[in-house]
Amino acid sequence: MTAHPMINRRQALAAAAGLGLSVTFLGRPALADRDSALDRRKLVVVICRGGMDGLSVSPPVGDPHYQTLRRDLAIRKEDGLKLDGTFALHPALTAVHALALQGQARIAPAVASPDRARSHFEAQDVLESGSAQVYATTSGWLNRALETFPASGKAGGLSVGATTPLILRGKVQAASWSPGRSVEDSPRLPGLLQDLYRNDPLMGPALARGLETEAMAQTALGALSPAGGMMAPAPGRGGREGREAARKLGATLAGFLVQEGGPRIAALSLDGWDTHAGQNGQIATRLAYLDSVLAGLNTGLGAEWQNTVVLTVTEFGRTARANGTGGTDHGTASTALLLGGALKPGGIIGDWPGLAPTALFENRDLAPTLDLRGLFKGLLGDHLGLDRAALESRVFPGSPEARAVTGLV
Amino acid sequence: MSLTDKDLMAALAVTRFGLGARPGDIATAAHDPRGSLIDQIDGRGADQPQDRPETAAQRFVAMRAYQALRREARDDGEPRTVAVQQANRVLRDKAAADFLARARLGAGTADGFRERWALFWANHFTVSSTKEITAAMVGPFEQEVIRPYAFGRFEDLLVAASTHPAMLTYLDQAQSVGPNSALGDRNSRRGLNENLAREILELHTLGIEAGYSQADVTELARALTGFSIGREDDARAGQFVFRENIHEPGARAVLGKTYKAGDLGQGLAILKALAAHPATARHLAFKIARHFVADDPPPSLVARLEASFRDSGGRLDRVARTLIEAPEAWDPAASKFKTPYEFLISAWRLIGAQPSAFERITLPLISLGQRGFSAPSPKGWSDMAGEWCSPDGLVKRLQWSQAFAEVIAERMDPSVAAQNALGARLSVPTAQAVARAETRSEAFALLLMSPEFQRR
Repeated sequence: MTAHPMINRRQALAAAAGLGLSVTFLGRPALADRDSALDRRKLVVVICRGGMDGLSVSPPVGDPHYQTLRRDLAIRKEDGLKLDGTFALHPALTAVHALALQGQARIAPAVASPDRARSHFEAQDVLESGSAQVYATTSGWLNRALETFPASGKAGGLSVGATTPLILRGKVQAASWSPGRSVEDSPRLPGLLQDLYRNDPLMGPALARGLETEAMAQTALGALSPAGGMMAPAPGRGGREGREAARKLGATLAGFLVQEGGPRIAALSLDGWDTHAGQNGQIATRLAYLDSVLAGLNTGLGAEWQNTVVLTVTEFGRTARANGTGGTDHGTASTALLLGGALKPGGIIGDWPGLAPTALFENRDLAPTLDLRGLFKGLLGDHLGLDRAALESRVFPGSPEARAVTGLV
Repeated sequence: MSLTDKDLMAALAVTRFGLGARPGDIATAAHDPRGSLIDQIDGRGADQPQDRPETAAQRFVAMRAYQALRREARDDGEPRTVAVQQANRVLRDKAAADFLARARLGAGTADGFRERWALFWANHFTVSSTKEITAAMVGPFEQEVIRPYAFGRFEDLLVAASTHPAMLTYLDQAQSVGPNSALGDRNSRRGLNENLAREILELHTLGIEAGYSQADVTELARALTGFSIGREDDARAGQFVFRENIHEPGARAVLGKTYKAGDLGQGLAILKALAAHPATARHLAFKIARHFVADDPPPSLVARLEASFRDSGGRLDRVARTLIEAPEAWDPAASKFKTPYEFLISAWRLIGAQPSAFERITLPLISLGQRGFSAPSPKGWSDMAGEWCSPDGLVKRLQWSQAFAEVIAERMDPSVAAQNALGARLSVPTAQAVARAETRSEAFALLLMSPEFQRR
């Protein structure tokens, strides 16, 4: 296979012109007078797939039952990064902790979706569709949120990864991008393909969006380093190399968000949280990776951090007790992390049910005190300015019991 | 049936049921499209890739030796010794060779349906190299479990998969200990792990809709304790062993039925009951219909497959035949979007060649989000167009197609290639675009990226 030269601006423009696309996304200077404060607000959702153990993310080291329940999996009080009298953060979450000390990171330690089946796949569906029932809808709540924005380039959604997660699937064609080589220098081909895809509701919009995004990627990567290159992220890898790849991934995502006409909503999936055995080492590696992604986002966003909220969620938490193989099995409530300069400082979000045996859900899992959809609603409403009626009727239909958590931003 | 219908069926037989057309494949199938598929059903199983495979047991032992070597090197403060790196490379190369051999079989076989049927079951019983100890055994798992049993009884496939060391490591079963077993009593830190039990119920047999409970999961997990792997120094090193001393004693109740106490037999009895459960027939019928025919398959097709599975006692050769004979499976509207692996293999088949090196196939698969042998979860790779037809996915397919087209441009005439690859499925706009292209490489890129080549 031949090597691929990076696409340049001229070629990108030509490619876009061949598709009949607007070229505003390619970085035309901002029309400052049309920018309202609201238009600058950004929301990034990080989905930790596999069921992230919230009791490791934000260990309740001050809870009297924590050490006995978790035994070898417990974080020692002196090792945790202290948040308050009850909670610490996992020692790997140093960047998150630094932000927490500045009032720019908070935890919701006992959240869950309405699903209780403890199936990864069912729970991920409910988490991303925003529905109370599994497989009730084929669109994601972030996509339905995008539907409520006025049709403009500013309202776009982006997922990082080769496939589009359910959370961003739906009527609005969201962009997706993953690290890799650029399109060959052939401005004719995209135009010819667009003709072939004219009557194809799937491939036509997807390719158009993909080429737009590819052009944005060059800008995002160009800001990272003169060479513009980026190694593929290696989520499974620990150590310095893995953390550096993670930081670049976060910084590249930030590079999209800071561009004029860039996406306002982004989603990123991180795999590998299904820690049935040998959990301690695995979760330390994964959390270090997550911490580096978040640090990369933070620094990459620069001044735009002030306009951003990053929400890290998972499909369910894990059993409160360790299982027989140094890990945990599928459970219920877990921790959501909220970060961003737009966030108001404050304590934990939602109530803490405690780890007393009688307080556990089905005598096994951390009990949920907060519906994830309430968090989503609060942020979409207060941060992105979605009106309440749209939230209740279109984005999260049938969710009156999940009351919006307001006052977060 | 008119000749035109037969031509269309031939194109569908090779592209929808198989892995795409090699030059001449569609013409060969045109005599009897259905029969050409039915002839591929073989009770002896699917074909084995042409290499000299080691057994999973050998790979397990090699991986354990490597891990021990690495531990020692770490303890010595020199974690990256030459010996460690060499051992690591050997294991990686073997796994890479397994995958390349499988890709070459897919690209070269005349029996594309037989291979697709095997790939379906490999994905159904996912084991993934996302876990190190499992990584070395994914290839042998397909060769020892999936291919031999692909047209046999589902019950046998389920038992083979659930007792194979690749599955036992991937879903943590090998270490699961009954809390009241002989060993559990002495060492209270070791106990149950319910990972395999849950995925057997949810993914491999009943499906989540069947409505089993957490208690069913736990009971099955207890019954499965003892399903383990022989240690390096055992006579059965790296092979399935039943360890009585970690088996949870007592009778078990799963889905309202009681199973008497009894070692290995207890777990096997439950697996057999699960294989014969009506919910399993429904779950598998839906999945097969979705994989081969449409993301939202016709309910009538699902019903046919379900009945076939149930009435035959889970004979997969019968179910395969039912699929081929079902009229719904021959709907000319191609609604399935190829996965990256299907797309790449079909591109090689288009030119009548096979990938010559692991890198040729693995690098594009990584960039397309489907790294070989590395499904992200026990659910396996998605089958849905919405997952794969993403903006980034299409751009990456375009990039790869351009590069591939440049290399193959001089091999053959693009219009002939388009006819060979798609037969009666070739649309007028695509045929015209290919014919009018400025260069041969542009023509091939257009063909590879055409809506009908991307679908099946």
